[in-house]
Amino acid sequence: MSGDIGLPISHRQRLWLYALGGLVLLFLIAPSVIIVIMSFSDSTLLQFPPQQWSLRWYQSYFQSLEWRDATIVSVKVAVMTVLVATPLGTAAAYAINRGTLRFNGTINALLTASLIIPVILIGIGTFFLYARIGLNNTLTGLVIAHTVQALPLVVLTVLSGLRSYDMNQERVARSLGAGRIAAFWQVTMPQIRFSIVSGALFAFITSFDEVVVSLFISGGETTTLTRRMFNALRDQIDPTIAAISTCLIVLSVLLLSVAQIFGRRR
Amino acid sequence: MSAQSALLKEIAGPAGQNLNAQELRADARREQLRLLALLAPSLFLVCAIIIVPIGWLFWLSLFDESGALSAANYARFFEQASYIKTFITTFKVAFIVTGACVLLGYPLAYMLSQLPRRAASICLIFVILPFWTSVLVRTYAWLVILQRKGLINSWLIDLGVISQPLPLANNFAGVVIGMTHILLPFLVLPLYASMKTIDTDCLRAGMNLGASPAATFRQIFFPLSLPGLASGVVIVFVLCLGFFVTPALMGGGKVVMWAMRMEQTTSLYSNWGAGAALGVVLLVVTLALLGLFQWLLGARTTGVWSSR
Repeated sequence: MSGDIGLPISHRQRLWLYALGGLVLLFLIAPSVIIVIMSFSDSTLLQFPPQQWSLRWYQSYFQSLEWRDATIVSVKVAVMTVLVATPLGTAAAYAINRGTLRFNGTINALLTASLIIPVILIGIGTFFLYARIGLNNTLTGLVIAHTVQALPLVVLTVLSGLRSYDMNQERVARSLGAGRIAAFWQVTMPQIRFSIVSGALFAFITSFDEVVVSLFISGGETTTLTRRMFNALRDQIDPTIAAISTCLIVLSVLLLSVAQIFGRRR
Repeated sequence: MSAQSALLKEIAGPAGQNLNAQELRADARREQLRLLALLAPSLFLVCAIIIVPIGWLFWLSLFDESGALSAANYARFFEQASYIKTFITTFKVAFIVTGACVLLGYPLAYMLSQLPRRAASICLIFVILPFWTSVLVRTYAWLVILQRKGLINSWLIDLGVISQPLPLANNFAGVVIGMTHILLPFLVLPLYASMKTIDTDCLRAGMNLGASPAATFRQIFFPLSLPGLASGVVIVFVLCLGFFVTPALMGGGKVVMWAMRMEQTTSLYSNWGAGAALGVVLLVVTLALLGLFQWLLGARTTGVWSSR
């Protein structure tokens, strides 16, 4: 008897399932692991497993002005996207959660549209619009475009936090004399803050990893890291990208762990 | 009307009742305005960046290069062989990748749903981590692994299985492998979530009544898991149709998919009308598939994103 499910099937009868599932898990995780290990290789051919270890690709990443500038642009844009998308998304989720608005369904669909609409179309459309109003190749333009992409994730994450929160607590605070803002800030906010933090982290990753839209609307001095990587990959496989990829994987792991820790306390 | 209620009405008076109702209505209106004010900045941004440009592109697609109203941009799809080839390639990739995702994802989701809670959450990390790793990083990883002198080829040659390196990257096979890897979590996560909601009492009842484990799976578990599978399939298929990064980097210029075609027509040839028409058709197909799915199953497809 397998204790958890309570079905009369033993773990041994299920060995084939575990083997199959394990192989698929390996398929999912192996590429990242291989890249991380290869990035410490000494050879330009990126052997696996490396014969000689070295940090030369990390040196070439950190010493290259082009890569450094692109990284700085990406970090700036991601931080600003978080600062814009988190309050906007939280406010929107709060309003949607009330459920009293007339066009709630339409509003929901609009806010999550960027998850459904093919991203290539958003990229071309944004480029087309920005060409008219002069926002191409600007930080502002990138932040606005990334905010739109990150908004649905913030809205959905905060909404799931609000759904498990009892709005009556805020009403009680209001009836005891707290103003609207004070009631939200002192009563609601501390109880949904973990969802807000998770939403902010998702917004950061969304912006930092965004490729397609940035490909169209960034360039020159505002070239993002992903755009530079994309162009470098089109030409040839530069081993420096293995080092950059490892940094990006580590960043994802870190942000995801923080989100998990916060998620558990939600 | 009884005498009592007539009396009450007289005491309250028609004027008093109306005053109160008016006050309440005004309050509700103010509340609505406040909520709208909270939504306004987000809605404005989404409309300005997504809805307006797409509408504009749609308008552009209705005019030919001389500026006259015509359906030339759409007629081209049926006339030019290169467009037809692009569509065929796109749908071929989408079908193969979706099929591969089902074959790999169903057993994985099934295993996850059957594992004890703790083991399942550890295994889930292996699904969610690639989900949150940049598409670019994962495509690069596959390029390195699959290229001529890459990992797979050098291992196979060392083992003596092949003498010449297999062409795995910069072709159709590379695109399919890379996209399957990237899109697999989009199938596994909704499928796993729906499998978790299947009541094990149903399975236990089936087995109590003498069904073998295989029969229980085939007759009870599998049918109950179909809605989750369908939502995963639709998401993966729709994402395949508009996929850009992996075919652009791993196709070696030979595998031209829909999104690449859009990029080429607008960036390379600056033919906005033609590019816009491609985008409009892509959007219509995407929305039609999602709408059909929602109509058939009444499920919300954006649910997968909140499970990230």
